[in-house]
Amino acid sequence: MNTKAKLKVSNLTKTRKSSDFFWAYLMIAPTMLGLFIFYLWPIFQTLYFSFTEWGAFGQYEWTGLDNYKRMLEDTNLLKSFKNTGIYIIITVPIGIFFSIIIAVLLNQKIKGKSVYRTLYFLPVITMPAAIAMVWKWLYNSDYGLLNYLLSLFGIKGPQWVSDPKIALYSIIVVAIWSGIGYNMVIFLSGLQGIPKSYYEAAEMDGAGPISVFFKITLPLLSPVIFFVSITSLIGAFQVFDLIFMMIGKSSTALESTQSVVYLFYQHAFVLNDKGYAAAIAVLLLIVILIITAIQMVLQKKWVHYD
Amino acid sequence: MKKWLIMLLTTILGLIGLAGCSNDDTASGDGKVEITYGFWDKKQVTAIDEVIKLFNEKYPDIKVKTEMTPYGQYFQKLETAATGAALPDVMWMNGAHVEKYAEGKVILPLTDLAKKENYDLDNYPKSLIDLYTVKGEIFGIPKDFDTTGLWYNKKIFDEAGVPYPDDTWDWSKLKEVAKKLTDKDKGIWGYAALMGNQGGYYDFIWQNGGYIISDDGKSVGFDQPEAIDALNYNISFIKEGLSPTQAQMTETAASELFSSGKVAMMFDGPWMVQEYKNNPDINVAVVPKGKQRAVAIHGLANVIAANTKHKDASWKFVQFLGSKEAADIFAKTGTVIPAYNDTQDAWIQAVPNINLQAFIDGVDYSVPLPSVIRTGEIWQYETDVLKKAWSEEESVDDAVRELTEKANEALSK
Repeated sequence: MNTKAKLKVSNLTKTRKSSDFFWAYLMIAPTMLGLFIFYLWPIFQTLYFSFTEWGAFGQYEWTGLDNYKRMLEDTNLLKSFKNTGIYIIITVPIGIFFSIIIAVLLNQKIKGKSVYRTLYFLPVITMPAAIAMVWKWLYNSDYGLLNYLLSLFGIKGPQWVSDPKIALYSIIVVAIWSGIGYNMVIFLSGLQGIPKSYYEAAEMDGAGPISVFFKITLPLLSPVIFFVSITSLIGAFQVFDLIFMMIGKSSTALESTQSVVYLFYQHAFVLNDKGYAAAIAVLLLIVILIITAIQMVLQKKWVHYD
Repeated sequence: MKKWLIMLLTTILGLIGLAGCSNDDTASGDGKVEITYGFWDKKQVTAIDEVIKLFNEKYPDIKVKTEMTPYGQYFQKLETAATGAALPDVMWMNGAHVEKYAEGKVILPLTDLAKKENYDLDNYPKSLIDLYTVKGEIFGIPKDFDTTGLWYNKKIFDEAGVPYPDDTWDWSKLKEVAKKLTDKDKGIWGYAALMGNQGGYYDFIWQNGGYIISDDGKSVGFDQPEAIDALNYNISFIKEGLSPTQAQMTETAASELFSSGKVAMMFDGPWMVQEYKNNPDINVAVVPKGKQRAVAIHGLANVIAANTKHKDASWKFVQFLGSKEAADIFAKTGTVIPAYNDTQDAWIQAVPNINLQAFIDGVDYSVPLPSVIRTGEIWQYETDVLKKAWSEEESVDDAVRELTEKANEALSK
């Protein structure tokens, strides 16, 4: 290629590039605008409001670090972080464990595969409020199905959602149940991305199904596991709807189940204490950022990208 | 060139879609004015729809869109909507919140409007007008009022061979009958000691000679001996197994236990008439006496948002909601006691199988539901703290101490 031709090519790429950029930005502009208005701007607003105290109907005044100082003495906040912690520690690993198992099973050649996939995915497309209402009735200690079944065996069932010791775990069961389908689909697509040749090679070498799972499937699935663990952890930190729907306001189990977001809701919309609520939201944001950063660092040790 | 055109069109469509979200023009296509009406009671939807239909016969060019929000979220939603200047044009208001909304200037004072059109406020009980008068200005047109009665299930009484409640009953009689009617084997409780203020512990505290908020509005009376006795009396029903526990009542609403024949007696208001009127076993009597007979009286009013774009249409609608015609519809359906004077007889006759006179009698010994700027906040503390006493996690003494401290702090702000 002579110099002239070279110059022409590079010119072409240059002009092509800038017009591409123009079109690309124009195309994503509506979404960017939406992101800015509905996500980024509120984040900065929340940060600002966390330094204010609110009166009725949107009047507020700057109070500096008062809200953050108040946090140090708030036992309810500590309790809600503890509840959220227990919720996360149980739902995330168990949820991932079950969704991997089910995804692997549904990735086999079995009859009625799509029926099973649909069944497992159904809770995901159901409204959380509807799920909570149905489970609330299943859990009803006097008239619920669950305690009726137990009574057939002569067991007196507990008060699933109003006993402070059990209520959180009852919610966790529902959360795991309703979250499995979503993660399962992601794992399924991950499983289908693993090249068949690995399995054929393993078969030739005479590997059993268990060692195939641990030596091939799991390592090659690790990027997907990483993705799912980050999204479900963030999701678990924000648990609210199940608690709001299943635990009544005058329930005795409220203190032992209320999550950080529930406490945020309580301050922001019930007590009209929006400044303090904003501070709680900022704290939650920081905690999630730190934990996600830790996950990002740790991933180097266990996530394999082919 | 073609590709270029497609790209441009896509972008334009995207932007239009985005702009579409912020379109808040409330006038509907056919040139009518549309106003929104916010309220919380599902049981009144039928009556409200009927009222709107009648209203449209008179004013065909005003369209009313209803927005039902359950009571549990109603005031949270209003507060947020008021902050964002997005209140419904016309909405329900209760005594607990009117002062806050009036002083926050988010609802419209109606005194001048009423004067201009010679709108007669003498058509409503004075106590209700007073409830919605803040600093000399009237803010709401009374819609209805309610007192408390002792609802009971005739079938359970008949099976136990116990005479129905009457006006000779007092606290000890209530307890005694509750004991007789409680039947563990059948899963029947004699009485539901509901944790609720109106139609609950407020009524009992007044019956025992106590008070909720002091006359100067600076402190609450929960830690006074009369109040402590009243709360202990309430909770004793649960302790003695005569009432479902607090946990049971949060899992299944007491009113559901009552209407399905699991509870023999409970305090509740006339707003339950609509729900109970088709059940032949249910009737109501006046509440039993403590040291005296007392029940809370409270009424709702219709108010107009201060920043409404359709002030005239909203005012016309509110006037109509406060009219005798509208009151008659509410009376006829037995929904609530209409506030318009002399429509109450129609209400009593609307549901002859229930002794609705008990609620009208209640007016004579009624105490207005306390209302200060911070009422909503105090109610929240009541729920948070008293539930510990109701579930027997804490003694009544400890609970009232905590509640009094929190409520007094709120009052001092």
